[in-house]
Amino acid sequence: MILRLDFFYLVLGAMLLMIAVMALRDPHNPKRYSSALFWALYAVVYLAGDWLSPVAAGAVMVVMALIAGFGGVTLGRYGERSPEQRRDSAQRLGHKLLIPALIIPITTMIGSTLLKDVKFDGLFLLDPKNTTLVSLGCGSLFAVATACWLTRATPLQAMRESRRLVDHLGWAVVLPHMLAVLGLLFTEAGMGKAVAHVVTSYINMDVKLVAVAVYCIGMALFTIIMGNGFAAFPVIAGGVGIPVLVGVYHANPAVMAAIGMFSAYCGTLMTPMAANFNIVPAALLELPDKNAVVKIQVATALPLLLANIALLYFLLNM
Amino acid sequence: MNHTVNLWPLLGVAVIILGFALRAHPVLVVIAACAVTGFAAAMDVGHLLAVLGAAFIKTRNLPLILLLPLAAIGLLERYGLKEHAQASIARIKSATTGRLLIVYLAIREITAAFGLTSIGGHPNMVRPLIAPMAEGAAENRYPALTDALRHRIRAMSAATDNVGLFFGEDVFVAFGAIVLMQTILRGEGIEVDPLHIAMWGIPTAVTAFIIHSWRLHRLDAHIARAMMKGQP
Repeated sequence: MILRLDFFYLVLGAMLLMIAVMALRDPHNPKRYSSALFWALYAVVYLAGDWLSPVAAGAVMVVMALIAGFGGVTLGRYGERSPEQRRDSAQRLGHKLLIPALIIPITTMIGSTLLKDVKFDGLFLLDPKNTTLVSLGCGSLFAVATACWLTRATPLQAMRESRRLVDHLGWAVVLPHMLAVLGLLFTEAGMGKAVAHVVTSYINMDVKLVAVAVYCIGMALFTIIMGNGFAAFPVIAGGVGIPVLVGVYHANPAVMAAIGMFSAYCGTLMTPMAANFNIVPAALLELPDKNAVVKIQVATALPLLLANIALLYFLLNM
Repeated sequence: MNHTVNLWPLLGVAVIILGFALRAHPVLVVIAACAVTGFAAAMDVGHLLAVLGAAFIKTRNLPLILLLPLAAIGLLERYGLKEHAQASIARIKSATTGRLLIVYLAIREITAAFGLTSIGGHPNMVRPLIAPMAEGAAENRYPALTDALRHRIRAMSAATDNVGLFFGEDVFVAFGAIVLMQTILRGEGIEVDPLHIAMWGIPTAVTAFIIHSWRLHRLDAHIARAMMKGQP
């Protein structure tokens, strides 16, 4: 391949290293040494990840968690422009401001659909396993270049702005990553078997509606625990869906699978464990309550879970 | 009955629930849960650190999607992208927060259903464009919009992106989740056509759109009521 995912690991590593240096040199940050150490450690994960021994990487993760957990990552000062200045340039640049913002999704789309199979000299242009991520990376680089050209700002200013946003996200940046690690650990420790065992041994599934409800609610609950519907699906489909719904009630497997996965997604909406979708946006949108997005989604997710149970009950034998 | 199942790892879940209930710092809760789960599965410290480290390196592709767009978005914000989004929505007289978000929900769900899952997203659409526009539409009618409503509108914008993405994407055949379902069923000896899985996702996708649009519609009424009460 010509453009590998590793290239963007180096880009992100360099970006995090610059954020660390800027944090270190910012006297307005009350905890600049621990903040800088936090970002520097994260940079190491990206710059030297392939050479790091697993134990060392584990130690890096624990130290980062301790720094973040005990409030060692704080905000600095960013030389922001006043609202009047921003309104003036908004008026001057107008719709042109949208161009760089739209370059990111458009490049990602083109890359992951049209350029997916393009080869030069027998080499794939984009890393075939990670087309979307690689295209998104290219889109981000194009967008920075266009934005710099349009606003006559320097790439260094773009780095300062990314530091401002990353600092506002703070520990929320690493939470999804650490939750993914916890998910893998849960899998390794045999969590799936334990949950399927508990679900199937204590509930009587002789009534079709109960079996359907256990399956849908089980998907949602397990997703709430793991933060990821993809982790819940094999466990609950293997524990309840296939042996009970298909085995006993002769369900159509396609219906069972489709509605099961959507029940899992109802769980994703209701859990802080799905940090990428729930905690990170709360931080990105500067909401004081980090669980505000989860709380607002519960009122959509619960009725939808009920609807899923009803749909599965009536469509089961289609 | 199978008695060889180790139930001790469930302690890790208990730690998570307890941690969130006590409002402890989420990152510390995660690390504590890692430690408890690891020890419950009879790993020693060195082994646990190695498992955590290997997983940490393996999943480092996750933050890319969040962090890489930030440089461009940050720069555009400095030059007034949010202000421009709000000024643009102010020119559309019929725009309300709810209507705007319903349109976004429809676009997000339909494009995700066609496999274009990267059209939206929190860092590159919701923060710079959708949330400011949703807020701007409300501010247009109620210039003294309270912070509580502002935060509610922002949270609803993020929720709308999630709902649209989740319940659109499984209607598309080539999406990863469908492939995953097919692979797992095949492992259990059941052959299904991915097209059928995608098709049976449609009833839920439609229901999700109806439920969430209804809530967005009610959001407008909620804003109106809250602002009426506030004014003498």
